[in-house]
Amino acid sequence: MIGENVGEQANTLLEVVDLDKHFGAVQALSGASLALSRGEITALVGDNGAGKSTMVRCITGVHRPDGGLIRFNGQEVRFHAPEDARALGIETVYQDLALVEDLTVWQNLYLNREITRGFGPLRLLNKRAMIGAAEQTLTRLDVAVPSVKSTVRRMSGGQRQSIAISRAISWGSTLVIMDEPTAALGVRETRAVERLITRLRDEGITVLLISHDFDQVMRLSDQIWVMRQGTVAGGRRTAETTGEQIVAMITGVNGGNGAKPAE
Amino acid sequence: MATPTPTSNQTPPGGGRRGAVALRASLRDPGFWSNNAVIFGLIVVVVVFTILSPSFFTAGNISDLLVSAAILVVLAVGQQFAIVVAGIDLSIGSNLPWAAALLGFAVTHGWGLPAGIALAIIGGTAVGVVNGLVVTKLRINDFIVTLGTFGVMNGLALLLTSGNSVPVNSGFMQDLALDAVGPIRYFWLVALAVAVVAYVVLFHTRLGTHLLATGGNRDAARSMGIKVDRIRIIAYTVSGLLVGLAAVLLVSRTGTADPSLQTDQLLSSIAAVVLGGASLFGGRASIVGTVAGALLLTVLINGFTLLDISQYYQPIAVGLVVVLSAVLSRFQR
Repeated sequence: MIGENVGEQANTLLEVVDLDKHFGAVQALSGASLALSRGEITALVGDNGAGKSTMVRCITGVHRPDGGLIRFNGQEVRFHAPEDARALGIETVYQDLALVEDLTVWQNLYLNREITRGFGPLRLLNKRAMIGAAEQTLTRLDVAVPSVKSTVRRMSGGQRQSIAISRAISWGSTLVIMDEPTAALGVRETRAVERLITRLRDEGITVLLISHDFDQVMRLSDQIWVMRQGTVAGGRRTAETTGEQIVAMITGVNGGNGAKPAE
Repeated sequence: MATPTPTSNQTPPGGGRRGAVALRASLRDPGFWSNNAVIFGLIVVVVVFTILSPSFFTAGNISDLLVSAAILVVLAVGQQFAIVVAGIDLSIGSNLPWAAALLGFAVTHGWGLPAGIALAIIGGTAVGVVNGLVVTKLRINDFIVTLGTFGVMNGLALLLTSGNSVPVNSGFMQDLALDAVGPIRYFWLVALAVAVVAYVVLFHTRLGTHLLATGGNRDAARSMGIKVDRIRIIAYTVSGLLVGLAAVLLVSRTGTADPSLQTDQLLSSIAAVVLGGASLFGGRASIVGTVAGALLLTVLINGFTLLDISQYYQPIAVGLVVVLSAVLSRFQR
């Protein structure tokens, strides 16, 4: 059902077609399909157990799907490990953020991609370059931290989230997947992180946002896909739908089945 | 943005009045005291022993004291590598006599001193490699694995030597322990070189960052693509390597290769790291602190000996100091 419209396909960054995944007897995904448009914020919503996490883990190479296919930039891709997805520019910000608290902000931003100088085994960290670039990145994204030389331990939840997101896009990634980025944050910090997410879109980065926060989804996203019972119940352009419609699709009342997003 | 936050032990530039105010502020901050506790502790015990014993603060005593501290410095820096990745190396207690026994074995079998030194270092390193492989590949707790190798290497060292110490008569080894470049003893140079290299590796290389990251948050390090198993194996290998080096110093200093357990050195190596302010949960390291911790423990033992306090009190004092430092570290920033 997706990709029938050729005009739409040209703008599609990632396409998931009829994905199946089961764990033992549990069918986590059955024939789930969706598409992400380049440079848009796409929200993935659904009840607990609807299959959102499994979908994300298939897209990021954590799980291997049993059936169906994933196309990225029009090419079919098969990920054997998260590194494969990362190599194509798909970065994920998981809920645990994967930050090392005792390291500084700049050390976390450059973790495992450190800039060094010197030759062979005598390579030393080029701290000045990393500190400077880290400050530049955070300034560009309007992320406020007291100092990039402070340890992450001193940062608030919102600052940590922003650091993790900044790190995800520092490497020329084209798609950033965020799992409940504001679940643990207060109102003010949530706003700051939301501003950062819209800024990513302004920079041309495609965002897949998994969120339980309905208002947030309506506020931020361009496109919403709704999952229910291991399949994608349908999609809507955010501008052309209402919260009630989305709720109906999530719960399965008024049948939201097979609905195709309007252009 | 990016304005630096003042931290407790940073005196702002501009000196004078502001410096004095900042100093007074940090003196009232318990974090300032706990962050530098080992340095203050070292100063206090040196002052106390200087007052109590006229022979303590003499060139001869300090020189010898630093020589005996050198072995502990090398061991404690090795222990620091295991601890920084959230591990611990208990095998030091028997790896040290094992490596010493290898040196003695090589010399008594006429293989020559260079072969003996190489064998001691290789033998010590090998134990570290085994520790690292078992901990990571078989996924067994660090404590259990190194407790196991502690026992195994003790037995192997006793089997190799039939339980006997052997004298190692060598001009080179004697010179190493006794001679000096001017007032600088060779042992100090070895310990200093080890500490400086460890400092550079930990805080100025990718490997160091990956060691700290693996110890601080192993899942996060793995998520960022760091090969955490390899990093942990490297940490135990470095620990083993430094035990081998310490064994060479030990044989040089005592003139014999003694296969019996060195439990004191094991406990002191862990104590020095804890005193230095590193976290036993990994991810935080301090080479300066670890060296100061090793010096503090050596000064305590030296001072007790000079004051003719029964050596039975020594482990009590060492134990209390370690617990006290752990209490202080609760205030750490």
